[in-house]
Amino acid sequence: MKTLVVVDHNNNKLEKSTLNTIKAALKLENVDLLVLSDSCKDICNELIHIKNINNIFTNENDAFKNQLAEDSANFIAENFKDYTNILFSNTSNGKNIAPRLAGLLDTMIIPDVIEIVDKQTFKRPIYAGNAIATCKSKNKINIITIRSTAFEEAEIGNENVGKIQEIGSLTTNNQTKYLNSELTKSERPELTSADIVVSGGRGLGSAENFQILEKLADKLGAAMGASRAAVDAGYVPNDWQVGQTGKIVAPNLYIAVGISGAIQHLAGMKDSKVIIGINKDEEAPIFSISDYGLAEDLFKAVPEMESKLN
Amino acid sequence: MKILVPVKRVVDYNVKVRVKKDETDVELDNVKMSMNPFDEIAVEEALRLKEKGVASEIIAVSIGLPEVQETIRNALAMGADSGIFVNCTSKLEPLSVAKILTSIGNKIKPDLVIMGKQAIDDDMNATGQMLSAMLNWGQATFASKLEIQDKKIKVGREIDGGIENIEVNLPAIVTTDLRLNEPRYASLPNIMKAKRKPIDEIKVEDLKIDIEPKLEILKVEEPKSREAGIMVKSVDEMIEKLKNEAKVI
Ligand SMILES: Cc1cc2nc3c(=O)[nH]c(=O)nc-3n(C[C@H](O)[C@H](O)[C@H](O)COP(=O)(O)OP(=O)(O)OC[C@H]3O[C@@H](n4cnc5c(N)ncnc54)[C@H](O)[C@@H]3O)c2cc1C
Repeated sequence: MKTLVVVDHNNNKLEKSTLNTIKAALKLENVDLLVLSDSCKDICNELIHIKNINNIFTNENDAFKNQLAEDSANFIAENFKDYTNILFSNTSNGKNIAPRLAGLLDTMIIPDVIEIVDKQTFKRPIYAGNAIATCKSKNKINIITIRSTAFEEAEIGNENVGKIQEIGSLTTNNQTKYLNSELTKSERPELTSADIVVSGGRGLGSAENFQILEKLADKLGAAMGASRAAVDAGYVPNDWQVGQTGKIVAPNLYIAVGISGAIQHLAGMKDSKVIIGINKDEEAPIFSISDYGLAEDLFKAVPEMESKLN
Repeated sequence: MKILVPVKRVVDYNVKVRVKKDETDVELDNVKMSMNPFDEIAVEEALRLKEKGVASEIIAVSIGLPEVQETIRNALAMGADSGIFVNCTSKLEPLSVAKILTSIGNKIKPDLVIMGKQAIDDDMNATGQMLSAMLNWGQATFASKLEIQDKKIKVGREIDGGIENIEVNLPAIVTTDLRLNEPRYASLPNIMKAKRKPIDEIKVEDLKIDIEPKLEILKVEEPKSREAGIMVKSVDEMIEKLKNEAKVI
């Protein structure tokens, strides 16, 4: 049995969720890592001291810079079909590539795994997390995406991994071409791995009003999140959306402001350690999962809270 | 240009689903069912391409029990031209759905398949990508913007860091994200008209595809519930609790 973790990164830095995926993979056996990038060296340096890893395989190719699913899936299908398990993080990259790979290898993907029960049995949320399914796999190859908030990070030690080895060659696809990206710039911590998340909803009323929330976030060193309604209304960028169809977060503290608490939103944050809700409607469903609820107008409560924190 | 839009019948997004007592599944009896919201977005996008004169024909396909024909009728009422109903009584996984769609794709040869990025019941997020692999077409997942130029399609994709723009040769698969459009409601005259639009029936057995599930569901259980919290009366009390009780700030 051999297990491969496909490393997620932005060509300079490791995506932190990879560490959670490696931790999950270590519940299986014989873990190797794969780095596909136009520049693998820095990423490999971040991986080299992770405990209990066998080898790191790399392929450096300009085409991998943009991580098109067509290229990555083809490459992995050609070079790693003798593996029993291939794991990805459940990031937008993982979600894009892993099912395509499963299609190529004629195997049923096991997405968004939150627990590895044994080598063929996995738990995953369904219906926006309102139920948890335990699935036993009859696949020959398990292609799995890992929900990073459900696993710890892999440990870093002092010893080096086995070897770092260039492998395979890529025939680039001629179907899909990368054009450009419009990335949201931010000095704040990354939403899915932040300790504290401050999240705003439709109750904020406008993009300008979000600034009072951002002030609070900056005082706390927190990441910013939002409900779908706030994103749809154009108050904030799409990559702030938390929920069933947005990002899944589980920080130590989640502060939900002007968010009603729809099931689709709860699906993305209800595993947070401590949840606080601030909403002027004392009947708002967000309070049913809040550890501490405050039924007050946010335009009064948030600036007050911000000024009283030091 | 011909567009194929797969549509799935799922538990309505407003329903709070409950796990069955015997933990074999969620309760599906007497629950409101609707078209998967992402599939509505897919139908809407196809309609807009037709209204722009880019597409000429829209075919909606659904696979399952006879009830899924209602979902096809919904798509027809929104404006799709015809439907394909694949009659299948067994439970299907995305892998099997992708194989069935591959077979249909090979037969009717669409230039574009637009489908939801995920179904809100099993939350798999897989069928579109699997179908692209099987047809060996390019894929544009999580689309929030779409534009067709000649034999290419330009798509803005919602990714973790923002938006990524890619260009895919046709034929291609697009999976829809929430912000691609706001689906229309079917008008009463269109609902009436849809009753006369053709739906082709195919029996899944006739396609000779292996649809045996690869994941056996051993159990469906409730998620861990959270302990009940408390309401605080003031910002001061909130800060005090966060500092001294929860110790998170
Ligand atoms: C297919 C599908 C997928 C979805 N995916 C997601 C998802 O991933 N994430 C997500 O968040 N949603 C998602 N949704 C949408 C979800 O159903 C809700 O519509 C959305 O979460 C509501 O956002 P909201 O709480 O900000 O807005 P609302 O429900 O409108 O709530 C606004 C709240 O603000 C409060 N408020 C207003 N003014 C003030 C004030 N001055 N002070 C204090 N409180 C105030 C109100 O009392 C209210 O509770 C999805 C829906 C569908 C159909």
